[in-house]
Amino acid sequence: MSIPNDLQYNKTHEWVRLEGGEAVIGISHFAQESLGDITFVDLPEVGASLEQGKEFGAVESVKAAGDLYAPVSGEVIAVNEALADAPETVNQSPFGDGWMVRVKLAQAPSGLLNAAEYAKVCAEEAH
Amino acid sequence: MSDLLKTPLNEWHRAHGAKMGPFAGWDMPIQYEGILAEHAHTRTAASIFDICHMGEFRIRGAGAAAALAAAVSHNLDTLKPGRCRYGFLLNARGGVLDDLIVYRMAEDEFMLVVNGACAASDFAALRERLPEAVSMEDISGQTAKIDLQGPQSVDVLEALLGASFRDLGYFSFRETSFRGQPLLVSRTGYTGELGYELYLPWDAAEALWEALLADARVKPAGLGARDTLRLEAGLPLYGHDLDTEHTPAEAGMGKMLTSTADYVGKDHARTIRRVLVPLTIEGRRSARHGDALALPGGGPVVGRITSGSFAPTLGYAIAFAWVDAPHADNAHFAVRTARAELPAVRATLPFYTQGTARIALS
Repeated sequence: MSIPNDLQYNKTHEWVRLEGGEAVIGISHFAQESLGDITFVDLPEVGASLEQGKEFGAVESVKAAGDLYAPVSGEVIAVNEALADAPETVNQSPFGDGWMVRVKLAQAPSGLLNAAEYAKVCAEEAH
Repeated sequence: MSDLLKTPLNEWHRAHGAKMGPFAGWDMPIQYEGILAEHAHTRTAASIFDICHMGEFRIRGAGAAAALAAAVSHNLDTLKPGRCRYGFLLNARGGVLDDLIVYRMAEDEFMLVVNGACAASDFAALRERLPEAVSMEDISGQTAKIDLQGPQSVDVLEALLGASFRDLGYFSFRETSFRGQPLLVSRTGYTGELGYELYLPWDAAEALWEALLADARVKPAGLGARDTLRLEAGLPLYGHDLDTEHTPAEAGMGKMLTSTADYVGKDHARTIRRVLVPLTIEGRRSARHGDALALPGGGPVVGRITSGSFAPTLGYAIAFAWVDAPHADNAHFAVRTARAELPAVRATLPFYTQGTARIALS
């Protein structure tokens, strides 16, 4: 199970990489594997605001659909436009080229899980 | 999970990393490599599917043909031995209890292939409709079914069995053998591609499965790809696109009702209150079973989605919906999903028009 140590996580399977006053957000390897082949990613537009814990988008696979929940609060400053035509990138590289949005942080996030804590969430759900 | 039934290939699936899930009371493989890859492989090469969960009945005895003709919608007058036909088991109101294929083995001998989830109730309904002199046996427990589907399936089959099958026409079958075990090869399927449904004894299933996979052109495919393949081909799924509340005519199958026999449900089989409408959704976002279908521009709800998926070969989403008859010819609808309102346009069947199912091989 791939769970990078340099990221933080939501228990709803989004990851966030904090880079100074910005944050990059995506979904985890566990999430993409559970969904199966991803066929559609619905993301907010640049300028939209995210509120930690609130829905900000959706992911669909051939067999399932799920909401995306913001791990941080802030303003969207970039969206991974490539996912519109190649949503399978999320399957292929969930922590890399499959990133979803970049956010300018409104405030420091709290309550996120570290890799070890998130690994426990995945282990419980896998049963 | 312990109460789920297991096919003779269950251990194979688990040993080969299949993602398993419950379907019709069975523990079935949903995918191996991935639904999109398995879908594409079936459209371009050949895939095998474990379909052992489906039910098979053997019906025979003096008067079997006339008795069966009064029990199901199939026209048996024009069904010759060696041929099979798709049709329906109806209730008295013309609602579909199941869709099934009838194989004519001999003048008064038939095999019926029914949906796994319906097998027990189908058997009970048929037994009640058939006279005692006609014997009826549920052979589901000893009959394995493996579907070989894809444009290369005829080459795979011929290489495996060392015989020509090019003369076997669509909806025809032949009884042969595999390693000394009886094997029924039927040129039918549920993917829209050239293919064969293979019936053999339960205990011989794994040997056939392994022998098919020994051909480099063949890969296993799960029920996930089977569902996207059948939807692209415009084939209905019982329990979603067909049910007891709707007639064959409502499902667009009225033309099939050519039987002159007085079968159960015949009087109402052509009743039309709603119509099963094929829809193309603009974009990749999918409608799902149960979503409401409305007239565009905030209009009233006139139907509901019965099946919906991203169509891998087409690159956009497609769906079936029950639509109230007065609106069934409309061109434009709006699907109300949990997340968005999706514009939908009436389509024609099949959604995917390049399928090889019916190609002439000889």
